[in-house]
Amino acid sequence: MIPERGESTGGGAAAAIDAAAKDSETLHVRVALTRAASGFSLDLAFDVPPGITVLFGPSGSGKSTTLAAIAGLVRPDAGRVALGSRAWFDASAGVDLPVHERRVAYVFQSLALFPHKTATDNVTYGMDRRLSREARRERARALLGRFHVSHVGDRKPATFSGGEAQRVALARALGMSPRVILLDEPFSALDAALRAALFEDVLGIAKDLAVPVLMVTHEKAEAAALADRTVRLETGRRRPDDSRQREQS
Amino acid sequence: MFPWEPLALSLQIATAATLVAGVLGVAIATWLANSRASWRDLVDVAVTAPLVLPPTVLGYYLLVLLGRRSALGHAVEAVFGAPIVFTRAGAVVAALVGSLPFVVKTARAALEGVDRTFCQAARTLGAGALRAFFTVQLPLARRGIVAALMLAFARCLGDFGITLMVAGNIPGETQTASLAIYDAIQEHQEATASKLAAALAVTAVVILYAVNRLTAAEHDS
Repeated sequence: MIPERGESTGGGAAAAIDAAAKDSETLHVRVALTRAASGFSLDLAFDVPPGITVLFGPSGSGKSTTLAAIAGLVRPDAGRVALGSRAWFDASAGVDLPVHERRVAYVFQSLALFPHKTATDNVTYGMDRRLSREARRERARALLGRFHVSHVGDRKPATFSGGEAQRVALARALGMSPRVILLDEPFSALDAALRAALFEDVLGIAKDLAVPVLMVTHEKAEAAALADRTVRLETGRRRPDDSRQREQS
Repeated sequence: MFPWEPLALSLQIATAATLVAGVLGVAIATWLANSRASWRDLVDVAVTAPLVLPPTVLGYYLLVLLGRRSALGHAVEAVFGAPIVFTRAGAVVAALVGSLPFVVKTARAALEGVDRTFCQAARTLGAGALRAFFTVQLPLARRGIVAALMLAFARCLGDFGITLMVAGNIPGETQTASLAIYDAIQEHQEATASKLAAALAVTAVVILYAVNRLTAAEHDS
């Protein structure tokens, strides 16, 4: 596995995350898979320490597939996915932890807010069910408040604006107390002003939780603004001319 | 006087058969919609074959399968103390077999129409496969499922051939409205036949209208 050196673009937030990193664990990813039908193949390895790592590359390069493999939604042919020393997936050892036991907050590109549930019920869905219903709703309201969308609590997703939907999706992902956060092009549908506001929220999350955050994007500016580290992808491989990779290998 | 007895019997049998077909059919449809097993298509063909088989052929095979001399028929008689064939239970089985394909086909389409990402989101949020199904996939497919049950109910009300073969034509026991219409015509009781026919026709049309409304609303949303 190739260690990744941090880029300092995250500024002050990155320093805070590095301090918190001691208490948390690094996500180790090594996945290989081939889709016979499309001829697509993916073969890469990288680490995601606590803080924001951006997975950067053109569309079709396998970014979303990589996220799905980490979450357990796609089963790689070979490789290993582990949080710290705990293996979630290990092809050679026959380990494959079910999706719902990995506790990975996954914000899909489409957001996938449940259309038949209110914002509050979306946010409580992933919470620990040993908590009372009232306690879960209380926490959901607090999370919605933190993302400035308290006013949509009793409404269903069809009535949300793009920014509101995005914020509810982030609140839902946090509601489950995740071990890892995966963000698939989380800002693609938003205008520049909304993006800037949400960047703050995402940086805040990463700082508070001190868990590995892996964010997919194909926008250079977004990667530069948010990333503590960057992993570049090119059609299923890490980019061969990735200078930082060459220095270290 | 309106021939209530066969109509009430029809509604009773159709209701029982629809409930069983609903549970069984939605379970099969769920498996078909979510499984990647290679023999999935074989199950699909087996379940939907009643759509294309002549009702008398279906009835014949059911008789062979459930008759008092078959192993299954024998077992049921030993457990419940009564045979299935030529009883009200037989009429329910007949209606069930005829209506199951409608439930499976319609419910499967409805379940497959639910964006997979919603179920995946539920799984990542900590829901096991069952919880994801009951809290996300099933509620999002509910209109299609209700439509499936209504179609099944209409099919149950209309069954003639399978019921006649498996349950016979016993007044007050297995003589449903469809069978009673045939009997009434044989006995030149045109008034009885026309009343029952009208009742069945109106019910079927109302159900079809409701199904169309339900599925149209699903496409809009």
